[in-house]
Amino acid sequence: MPIQYYIYLALALFSIGIIGVLTRRNAIIVFMCIELMLNAANLLLVAFSQMHQKIAYAANPAATNGIEAQLFVFFIMVVAAAEVSVGLAIIVMLYRNTRSVDINFLNRLKN
Amino acid sequence: MSNLIYLVPLLPLIGFLINGLGRKFLSKLMIATIGSGAILLSFIISVILFFDVKATGGKVFTAFTFINVEIFKIDFAFQIDQLSSLFLLIITGIGFLIHLYSAAYMKEETPDHYARYFAYLNLFVFSMLLLVMGANYVIMYIGWEGVALCSYLLIGFWFKNNQYNYAANKAFVMNRIGDLGFLLAIFWLLLKVGTVSYSEVFSAEVLAKLSSTDATIITLLLFVGAIGKSAQIPLYTWLPDAMAGPTPVSALIHAATMVTAGIYMIARSNVLYHLSEVTQHIVAIIGIATAFFSATIALKQNDIKKVLAYSTVSQLGYMFLALGVGAYTGAVFHVMTHAFFKALLFLGAGSVIYALHHEQDIRNMGGLKKKMPITHITFLLACIAIAGIPPFSGFFSKDEILAAAYAKNPVYWVVGVATSMLTAFYMFRLYATTFLGKYRGTAEQEHHIHESPKTMTIPLIILAFFSVVAGFVGVPNVLGGSHQLHHFLAPVLTTEKGLHLEHSTEYLLMGITIALAVVAILYAINKFSKNPSLNEPTGLGKTLANKWYVDELYDAIIVKPVLALATFLKNIIEKSGIDGIVNNIGVFIQYAARQLRLLQNGQVASYIMIMVLTMVVFILLWFYDSSILKLVAKLFY
Repeated sequence: MPIQYYIYLALALFSIGIIGVLTRRNAIIVFMCIELMLNAANLLLVAFSQMHQKIAYAANPAATNGIEAQLFVFFIMVVAAAEVSVGLAIIVMLYRNTRSVDINFLNRLKN
Repeated sequence: MSNLIYLVPLLPLIGFLINGLGRKFLSKLMIATIGSGAILLSFIISVILFFDVKATGGKVFTAFTFINVEIFKIDFAFQIDQLSSLFLLIITGIGFLIHLYSAAYMKEETPDHYARYFAYLNLFVFSMLLLVMGANYVIMYIGWEGVALCSYLLIGFWFKNNQYNYAANKAFVMNRIGDLGFLLAIFWLLLKVGTVSYSEVFSAEVLAKLSSTDATIITLLLFVGAIGKSAQIPLYTWLPDAMAGPTPVSALIHAATMVTAGIYMIARSNVLYHLSEVTQHIVAIIGIATAFFSATIALKQNDIKKVLAYSTVSQLGYMFLALGVGAYTGAVFHVMTHAFFKALLFLGAGSVIYALHHEQDIRNMGGLKKKMPITHITFLLACIAIAGIPPFSGFFSKDEILAAAYAKNPVYWVVGVATSMLTAFYMFRLYATTFLGKYRGTAEQEHHIHESPKTMTIPLIILAFFSVVAGFVGVPNVLGGSHQLHHFLAPVLTTEKGLHLEHSTEYLLMGITIALAVVAILYAINKFSKNPSLNEPTGLGKTLANKWYVDELYDAIIVKPVLALATFLKNIIEKSGIDGIVNNIGVFIQYAARQLRLLQNGQVASYIMIMVLTMVVFILLWFYDSSILKLVAKLFY
């Protein structure tokens, strides 16, 4: 499968994520959109990793090119998991305090 | 020997430092001892130096190099010769007596003000010593500025009275005008001959380099300095106002220091003045004009110190006349005799003021003869001396000046004799209204009048002695003397030719002068002793009492326009211009900040929106024109 398809898919996912973050007020949906963006990045990383690996393998079967990107992806997944736990905790606290998950209530830093 | 020389100015400086720094904890006795003691030691050393100079002649002592640049070099050097050693004696000798007198006169002050007073007084003497001892014009200029500063500090000594502060300001500003002249003269001298030290400037080869125009310019500029410092027309108005200071300070300014600086400077530069006839004429004319003009003002003054102040201006005029006609010895001689009797007059006036509890108006005095015998006698002797009655000191010096003036131009002599007559008249008017007749205050006040303490009367007696005998160092040939002073000063002062008169002429001139002075004295005593008519003057008298309205004139043509300009600058240029720019920048930044603050609205989404949009813009820029991005990168790194 050509690399372009992966790129288009990642681009679409990322755009959806951004638009979601920018337009939605529900904290949980914003949160999900952030995950979407992270995974778009992950998708790109593995796609390119695969591409490089294929090219290098043809020249030298012992090559390890592209392995870093996959490592990155694991890191991102771990960080995302940690972020999810913290983020959800924040959202719970937000709900407890405001009886709502609307992020527009979080404007206390103003002034 | 050379170490002793440095001690002369150093001792007053040390006295100044001790009294100035220790004013919070020294006792009054300590302060007075340190203050007067420093001057006494200086005086003793000056006496030693004087006899040394008399025996071996003048020398220059270099302490260190003061300024050393490629085109000229100025040493911090002292020149002790006949002229400066004589001035040293006058300054430290009379200065010491004034310090001694002050110890009693100022005793009502609190200790710290007392110490401040003595510190200023010592600094004053120090500056004057520097002025006189300097071996070049730059050192003289340092002292010159120093005395201006100290006179400012001392005239405004009672700084709680604003009137006194104005007087101090006036003295300082007037002096600054003169100082500028002096400074320009130094620059001109450096420009033309590249040196300022006396020994080099007055040497024949350097003088040959000076064109007569240059000599005229330099001497005129120096004379401007002398006009400011020695209170001549048109800058004399500060001196009478300087009466705001304590009376011993007036004595110090008028007799021993400060005002004689101008005379000293011109006498010191006599070689230069010799080169320029124009300047000599100007000096003589300004001198005689000042002498006459201020004598007329003194006729109608009612403040005891004001009369003496105008008399000082008048006597200084005489000295400038002498300098102008080339009778340098006569000028220095008159400085010396005048120092004695004017110090005596001021200290005597101080004694009267002290006894009458700061009453200075002679209309409220009278009949003090019996109450204050010592003050009375000494004051009378000083009056006779200043009036020029032989054989008192004033006679000899004044006679020498008048004889020289006659030889140069009889008109000078006529005005000089008229001034001398006026002098005799106003001095005895002052004497008669103060000491003769009946006391014009209340009986209660009269009861409190008493003679001043010993520390005040002893200086009076010493000064009276010298006022009487000081003239004998300069008895002219015509009276059978040999004029020792003239011979003593001959190495440093050039002698103008053609100042010698026939003996018969001299006798005649002396006779006329003395006769007129005696007539004036008798008339004054007769008029003012019994029933002084001290009503409000009218007509010419009123003009005189108001000092010819010179102060008002200066006020109208100089002070007011300057103040108006200053007000304009303050209100228009400063407020609208400079302040306007600064304030408007501030206002604009505040306005801009208030607008930008709206961006911070607390909505997370809008922040992210801005962030994303910015990123999009940057990415687009990167695609289409990366140079802008590089520029941005440069800005941040």
